[in-house]
Amino acid sequence: MTTMTFGRAITAGLRRAMEDDPKVILMGEDIGKLGGVFRITDGLQKDFGAHRVLDSPLAESGILGTAVGMAYRGYRPVVEIQFDGFIYPAFDQIVCQVAKLHYRTQGAVKMPITIRVPFGGGIGSPEHHSESPEAYFTHTSGLRVVSVSDPQDAYTMIQQAIASDDPVLYFEPKRRYHVKGEVDEASDRSASDMGTARVVARGTDVTLVTYGPLVPTARDAAVAASDEGTSIEVIDLRSLAPIDYATVEASVRKTGRLVITHEAAQSGGLGAEIAASITERCFDVLEHAPVRVTGFDIPYPYSKLEFHHLPDLDRILDGVDRVMRRHNSLSGLTREGVSQ
Amino acid sequence: MTQDHALQGSEFHGGPRVPGAGTASGTVLPGPAHDGADEPVQLIDRHGVRHAHEHYDGLVADVDGAELRKLYEDMVVVRRIDAEATALQRQGELALWPPLLGQEAAQIGSGRALREDDFVFSSYRENAVAYCRGVDLTDLLRVWRGNASSGWDPYTINMATPQVIIGAQTLHATGYAMGILQDGDDAVAVTYFGDGATSQGDVNEAMVFAASYQAPVVFFCQNNHWAISEPVGLQAHVPIARRAPGFGIPSVRVDGNDVLACLAVTREALARARSGGGPTFIEAVTYRMGPHTTADDPKRYRDANELEDWASRDPLARLATLLDSLGLLDADYTDAVKATADAIAADLRQGCLSMPEPEPTDVFKHVYSAPNSWLDRQQDHYERYLASFEQAPQEGSR
Ligand SMILES: Cc1ncc(C[n+]2csc(CCOP(=O)(O)OP(=O)(O)O)c2C)c(N)n1
Ligand SMILES: [Mg+2]
Repeated sequence: MTTMTFGRAITAGLRRAMEDDPKVILMGEDIGKLGGVFRITDGLQKDFGAHRVLDSPLAESGILGTAVGMAYRGYRPVVEIQFDGFIYPAFDQIVCQVAKLHYRTQGAVKMPITIRVPFGGGIGSPEHHSESPEAYFTHTSGLRVVSVSDPQDAYTMIQQAIASDDPVLYFEPKRRYHVKGEVDEASDRSASDMGTARVVARGTDVTLVTYGPLVPTARDAAVAASDEGTSIEVIDLRSLAPIDYATVEASVRKTGRLVITHEAAQSGGLGAEIAASITERCFDVLEHAPVRVTGFDIPYPYSKLEFHHLPDLDRILDGVDRVMRRHNSLSGLTREGVSQ
Repeated sequence: MTQDHALQGSEFHGGPRVPGAGTASGTVLPGPAHDGADEPVQLIDRHGVRHAHEHYDGLVADVDGAELRKLYEDMVVVRRIDAEATALQRQGELALWPPLLGQEAAQIGSGRALREDDFVFSSYRENAVAYCRGVDLTDLLRVWRGNASSGWDPYTINMATPQVIIGAQTLHATGYAMGILQDGDDAVAVTYFGDGATSQGDVNEAMVFAASYQAPVVFFCQNNHWAISEPVGLQAHVPIARRAPGFGIPSVRVDGNDVLACLAVTREALARARSGGGPTFIEAVTYRMGPHTTADDPKRYRDANELEDWASRDPLARLATLLDSLGLLDADYTDAVKATADAIAADLRQGCLSMPEPEPTDVFKHVYSAPNSWLDRQQDHYERYLASFEQAPQEGSR
């Protein structure tokens, strides 16, 4: 076991994947000498050569489009998108090519492309540097979408993403790059399964589903709630497409209550999808309608206001109060037993 | 605009013209090659006269009468395939067909220059290139009949299936060429696209990437003068070939209705790519004589005179005239070629009509390479739904 930051764990996973398979090629802007703006590819060009860590021209569609061609040729490109808000020029290549080529060619052409996206807010950045675009991709058939929140997962899941014959969007919560944790570098890449959700805190009253940057926040919320006698089960989805509903359903069957929290905007988001799917599966046991605690339906705000937009511990607990039918911000804090 | 200027000038329908653009006369200049010169390389003129070319003759020195006949036969066959597919569409057997009528020389000349291990990334109109790659005729129609999302496995003929997103394939070719470089191989990726496609960001990005990495890729632009209803002058105010040198990519304009010239310039581009010289951009100046697709009506936007003018530059007719002048176009030969083309067309029709129907649950296949819990559940529910019809009570029994 080694203690390392979440960011370093991704680097270590990339290194391991490159050692294991000479077909793994990294592509992106400033990922060579600089090591990427977040330093995730630090040292890799020096160790593996400029032919395996390519500083790309500054064109996201070009990066993804050439990654498609490399994949046609038998390579496993790992693409770094510099920031979430810069993925849109590549949207067409991702949605129309990366996602569809396996289907289009009846399985003849594989697209084992991994697209790494530093995402989410909370770092005081200007516009386009704090977005949560995951739902665009979870809505796109042919893609797998994952998000990581912990160093061990980061280390193993990046390797699984690269080994996957299907394209994977790998969302890295950038505000957690410095969070430390234990990583077993000797573990093989089956140490955690990027396809399954992970119960990170056990509980019996409420199921709190989240992923990526809000996993630590949700955990803190569970600790705070337990001080008040509410037992929250926290689930880190890890895989956003497909979602491991078996794990979520098992938890909701136990708790009867579901809160979903994410930074991304609410309408048409993952929270809506999870609420609908769990309602379809668990309607008979639900004590309350599922509740979403999410970013607002606004363009990501300027940094002085970003913490109003981002769900935090108190907003999550307010959502928990709603499903518990306790007084909450919507019922009015003084009235007992009211649910909105 | 005189007839002589038409090859240059007729594309500049819209907007002001840059001084010097499209003003060259019909005379064939000896070179220099690869500087984006406006005057298209031509070895066989519109009247079927073979002109000597100081630079390009050497690249087609092996093309004797027998080889010329093969090129002719190829063009007759692909025109026949095109006509048969168009007829199948008119008869309701195909949902749509994008005709290549008029572009046979550009596609056969370039397609026949390729080596088996080269890899083609094309748009939807390059059916003659697919023919050169050895495509199974039925495979050519699967997509257009709506029976499959791809007609063939790209690796079996080293050609990707048609790309519908305009220009996207140029990046795929460039990436594939980057892979060739990594492998230390001497194959070449060749991408086909239209004049309209050159406005797309992807095509321009592909040129940036190809130049940056000196990738062995050939950009083969068929300037057929139209992007559906939009004339090339709306996309480009200077000859398209002039853009590539700005990216650091040598380019050449070629008479796209001259099969021999197309063969020559493509061979040269391939040789450059194989020997580490990087990408080349070819603009083949040709004309889409038919509609954009069978769903299109060009009468709404283009002048019949223009079509007539281009008909006089027909790629097959001029090669026939040349063969005739060489004493290689006797009736026995033309009858035999026609019989071959008719037989291929009959096979095409037969393949189309006997294509098996897909199974309903084929819709779920190959979305992912591994099982997917979301999709498996949807498939399971849909299969149960379909099965419910078999168990359903008779009408009126409820
Ligand atoms: C990205 C995109 N935009 C629009 C279309 C619709 N469309 C199909 S073909 C075409 C014209 C293409 O013209 P050109 O590149 O000259 O090729 P040609 O059809 O002449 O061979 C258009 C606009 C498309 N397929 N893809
Ligand atoms: Mg065109």
